[in-house]
Amino acid sequence: MTILDLVEETATSLTSNKVRSSLTILGIVIGIASVIAMVSIGQGAQGAIQSSIEGLGSNLLTIIPGTAQPGRGIISSGRGTGQTLKNEDADAIRSLPGVAALSEELQRRFQIISEVGMNTNSTVIGATDEYLGVRNVMLSSGAFLSGGHIRSGARVAVLGPSAASDLFGTDDPLGKTVRINKIQFRVIGILAAKGGSGFFNPDDTIIVPLSTMQKILAGVDYLSTIAVTVTDKNGMTEVKDAATALLVQRHRVSDPDFSIISQADILGTLNQVTTAFTLFLASIAGISLVVGGIGIMNMMLTAVTERTREIGLRKSIGAKSRDITVQFLAEAVVLTFIGGMIGIVLGSGVAFVVSTFGGIATRVSLSSVALAFCVSAGIGIVFGYYPAHRAARLNPIDALRHE
Amino acid sequence: MKSLIECRDLAKSYRNGDLETPVLRGLTFTIADGECVAIMGPSGSGKSTLMNILGCLDTPTSGTYLLDGRDVSDLSDDDLAAIRNEKIGFVFQSYNLLSRTTVFRNVLLPLVYAHTSRAHRETAASKALRTAALPDTFWSYRPNQLSGGMMQRVAIARALVNNPSLLLADEPTGNLDSKTGESVLAALQALHRTAGHTIILITHELAVAEHTGRIITIRDGLITEDVTVSRPRIAKTA
Repeated sequence: MTILDLVEETATSLTSNKVRSSLTILGIVIGIASVIAMVSIGQGAQGAIQSSIEGLGSNLLTIIPGTAQPGRGIISSGRGTGQTLKNEDADAIRSLPGVAALSEELQRRFQIISEVGMNTNSTVIGATDEYLGVRNVMLSSGAFLSGGHIRSGARVAVLGPSAASDLFGTDDPLGKTVRINKIQFRVIGILAAKGGSGFFNPDDTIIVPLSTMQKILAGVDYLSTIAVTVTDKNGMTEVKDAATALLVQRHRVSDPDFSIISQADILGTLNQVTTAFTLFLASIAGISLVVGGIGIMNMMLTAVTERTREIGLRKSIGAKSRDITVQFLAEAVVLTFIGGMIGIVLGSGVAFVVSTFGGIATRVSLSSVALAFCVSAGIGIVFGYYPAHRAARLNPIDALRHE
Repeated sequence: MKSLIECRDLAKSYRNGDLETPVLRGLTFTIADGECVAIMGPSGSGKSTLMNILGCLDTPTSGTYLLDGRDVSDLSDDDLAAIRNEKIGFVFQSYNLLSRTTVFRNVLLPLVYAHTSRAHRETAASKALRTAALPDTFWSYRPNQLSGGMMQRVAIARALVNNPSLLLADEPTGNLDSKTGESVLAALQALHRTAGHTIILITHELAVAEHTGRIITIRDGLITEDVTVSRPRIAKTA
């Protein structure tokens, strides 16, 4: 039996029962499409998180008071409660080799009222003039805090774009005033939109001079964050170790009472999370693929029973067991192949729709398509083999007599 | 004349648990090349089992069966399939045509399994269909569009397509009315007379058996009679 004969036979038998063939194909289509869609959504989410973390500033070390608690990860630490991180610590770290820039920050949430009467509850960050460079933030209009503002404890504020629209709507906030904790601040600049990073929206912030924040708004003398940019990406570990040693010595503690998080650590953790998430989605989709495979097996077993006489006849005119096996296997593989093709197209379509209307970035990778393809062919072979084998084993005499 | 089939002490029994049921109990006979023989017997006589063995669909429990000089009583399934493909043409009572494929494709199917070239298949199938006297207008039909007599002609054409040494017809007229049955017998007789095919006709009807040159009668797994028909009936073409 040549390949061409096989194609002819397969086409004849599959088209002779179109409804059943299409329903069986549908099972595979759903399985493959969901695998493709799920994996691409997962990978897209991974990519989006990765780029937004990198957007927060690469080469970044974040020093926060309190230690990360085991099991709670690095995200929920004692920030906001620890009072051990002081301005002098920041000055000491600034002089370490390998430190390019450093941003001292103290953040709190406050209720803010604008002069036009709108209000919002937002994060107020006390920062220095180095904030922009370290945090990789751009200014869209006006000016940022200057050294003078910091030294004099000026009552000026730079609004994030979300905060600006929450407080002023469509009005231009530049030169207008906002009241934070009943203290009046003049708006001198607006930040460019950056997009949310998932846990903290950098657009929904208000930046004021650190001195004003510490002395007037919060009335404290500590920092909530020291963000450090490192000159060389490969030198991250050295700077981290040096800063750890320095702070341990300055705080006169045996174990660090602070945490230093590098952007790479966050990225690694989040990658783990998104990978697990992708795997989880893919395995749910995989279940539907297995169900589709069982559909194939079911159809092929029915076909073998229905066509017992045909198998008997084929054997009596000289078909060998192998010929019969190959014929039935080919039918199963063709079904899954067609299903796989349609599934890939449909799954990519779903991914496209999700990224267009759902706002989740998706990425259909070649590897997931290749995987889906191999899996569908594999399902055809695995689930087609048993029925094919059963057909091939039929005794021609009994098969010919089958009613 | 050289003998095409040589059976010595052919026996077949079926085991059902501890019970062994003998179906054929030692048959010895030969059939020469070019003969037209009827194997006759009532149902349960063992003639179907004999036909299965002669058609290489089954192997005997004991005894030997030489087909064309080759001992086929102990071959594997795939070897038997190859022999069926090469040397035997089957005509079944219920035609056993593939209903979803055309007449033409049905006829050339044995050649698909014989790994012959496409061109050869088509010439051989056309030739076989002409020999079986099926007009070419019907070649692209599906079997279920044909009458019983026509379907049996298609089956005969399929049996002939690989130019077999032996044509085995199992109750070929069983599903047909007497007139159409007669025409199928006429087609078989023509094959015997003009092309010299060896034909074995399995039947339980004496009237059908009398169309052949020799009648072997089986009863309870034994040959009870082996007679030459001095003047075979001539079937009338419809």
